[in-house]
Amino acid sequence: MTSTLDPSKDQAPLRTARPAALSAPLNAGPPHPGLSLADVLAAFGHGDADSAPAWLKQKRQTALARAVKLGFPTAQDEEWRFTRIAPLLHLPLHPARPPARRLTAGEIAPFAFGLEGCRLVFVDGHFCAELSSLPAAGGDLQAVSLRAALAGNAPELERYLTDIADEETMVFTALNTAFFRDGALICAAPGKVIAQPVHLLFIATAGEAGATAHVRNLIVAGARSEMKVLETYASLSDAPHFTNTVTELVLGAEARLDHCKIQEENQRAFHVADVQAQQGRGSHWTSHSVSTGARLARHQIQTIFRGRNAGCILNGLYLVRGEQLADHHTVVDHAQPRCESHEFYHGVLSGRAHGVFNGKIFVRQDAQKTNAKQTNRNLLLSDDAVVNTKPQLEIFADDVKCTHGATVGQMDEEAVFYLRSRGIGLEHARQIMVRAFASGVVDRIPLEPVRARLNLMLTERFRDKGA
Amino acid sequence: MELLDIRNLSAGVEGRPILKNLSLSLQAGEVHAIMGPNGSGKSTLAQILAGRAEYQVTAGSVLFQGADLLAMKPEERARAGVFLAFQYPVEIPGVNSTYFLRAALNECRKSRGQAELAPVQFLKLVKEKSKILQLDPALLNRPVNEGFSGGEKKRNEIFQMAVLEPTLAILDETDSGLDIDALKAVAAGVNKLRRPENATLVITHYQRLLNYIVPDFVHVLVDGRIVRSGGKELAFTLEERGYDWVSQETAAPAGATT
Repeated sequence: MTSTLDPSKDQAPLRTARPAALSAPLNAGPPHPGLSLADVLAAFGHGDADSAPAWLKQKRQTALARAVKLGFPTAQDEEWRFTRIAPLLHLPLHPARPPARRLTAGEIAPFAFGLEGCRLVFVDGHFCAELSSLPAAGGDLQAVSLRAALAGNAPELERYLTDIADEETMVFTALNTAFFRDGALICAAPGKVIAQPVHLLFIATAGEAGATAHVRNLIVAGARSEMKVLETYASLSDAPHFTNTVTELVLGAEARLDHCKIQEENQRAFHVADVQAQQGRGSHWTSHSVSTGARLARHQIQTIFRGRNAGCILNGLYLVRGEQLADHHTVVDHAQPRCESHEFYHGVLSGRAHGVFNGKIFVRQDAQKTNAKQTNRNLLLSDDAVVNTKPQLEIFADDVKCTHGATVGQMDEEAVFYLRSRGIGLEHARQIMVRAFASGVVDRIPLEPVRARLNLMLTERFRDKGA
Repeated sequence: MELLDIRNLSAGVEGRPILKNLSLSLQAGEVHAIMGPNGSGKSTLAQILAGRAEYQVTAGSVLFQGADLLAMKPEERARAGVFLAFQYPVEIPGVNSTYFLRAALNECRKSRGQAELAPVQFLKLVKEKSKILQLDPALLNRPVNEGFSGGEKKRNEIFQMAVLEPTLAILDETDSGLDIDALKAVAAGVNKLRRPENATLVITHYQRLLNYIVPDFVHVLVDGRIVRSGGKELAFTLEERGYDWVSQETAAPAGATT
């Protein structure tokens, strides 16, 4: 595994973070009518200023300086052209408080997918030991809360944390580094196959608008290890809360990692997620991103191939209705030769929902024999749903195979008629068609209970025609 | 009572008339062929009988076993026993053929008050019926019609018909795009499925298919009207003399044959 530390990174410490933030110039363009970045910084401050190790304090300060420099994105920002965050900045953002009461096992059961094995539960961003079941220490699988790992000086943290996720252009990732409270550290020992999936469950219960959880996860798959991680986000309240989550993944040589992230937060919530991987030689990463909740959900999914013969499958499904927006921005960086990437993102949209897909593929000059494939397909169930989709391929090598395709279409009425002409009712026929549209993406998910849940949701969506 | 009774049917699409005062009746046990040049309205008739909403019926009625067929939804017609073998069967990616057909059969059975077939029973039935059509059973593990050759699609239509056992089968240009072996297999399948209580309406441009599915009656459709009706020999005359022959003839006996 190539070292992830980049000595050229700006390490200049920022001694007086908050005053600097207030005086720093924000992004060009018209100011947001809501919160300014300075307001946000003032609201969050440093929760763990005393307890954090020195290296982390420094990283937090660097990140804060970046955030100040970047400012919140505006409509002029190409990366955020279709995803306006103004409604988020109208919320009184503040750190989510520890939950007022303990959740029962029964309350989290609907989000647990009936999975046995290791589970870490976080409520409003706070780790809940009572609802979690951790593996024994010292085994093939390490799974602990990030705060516990920090307290125990887990070596992976200083080595990798914040060095996988690219903060230089992403203000929310920088804010996460500056303010994350907790999350999970998951490590599979080299050469070990972890049979049971590890489940990270994040539940929001806060009743106040603007309650914010900055969640940070680090997943390290040792060389030749195999592991499945399920990461789910859900709400038990219907308040407009905010989740800003970053998951960093490190795949050692020939590691195989399946990462399934499911976002089903309430329809008023805001969800910004950054999932970034760094892949060693011969490793394989499968990413599933399922987005059905939140008013606004932005997913950044990124990988860089640091060694040859690595591969990834980026698989995604967004099911949005009403006024929801689901945005996927992917970046696959073919920095090494002979790597393969396959992207499949499908969206089912109804009501006045909005889907955004932007897929970047970089093929560096030395990355010969690259095979990169990207597809984005969208099914619009209403006249008012909108999709913006854009492939962005930058290819500097000459012996490569790169394809991309995007479709935006409505229900195939010929097919619906065909089904009906055989005796299948109209509703059932539409149901079959919606399921069929998403089936490729759903069937790639290895966890059966997750597939079953999605199929159930899909069969309900067909009714949405006018909704 | 006629199995199918079409009376003075006029219909069109987007205000353009296609069928003009067409009448036709079928009795149980009969095979009728409708022949006609391109654009004469043959497929429109098939689509209207199956319930395609794009066409507007402007006058006339269609009774199926005494019930108002035009008032029924497409799925209700199928459940009542009307089957259309499509001229262009639709490919449906992501929908497994076996799943689809079992869902269809069970809907039809339910509406007849019969119990649903369990997967095991259904697979047995499929095996039996696929033999009749000499259909490769592997096709049924694929999505509906996806990647099927033209011949496979047509065979699959008749295979579905064999499974659903309709009372009235409408074959819309089932012979188009078939080589002679596929044509024979499809025709043999149709013939095996003939029952005294069922009827078949064969729509075709060419006489060729009628060598294998022998009709009791042949009707010639020109410009939305049945301009001539007769026995199976009418098909040979048409093949020999072309459609111009009937088009030029005037005042041919139009309408029902029985």
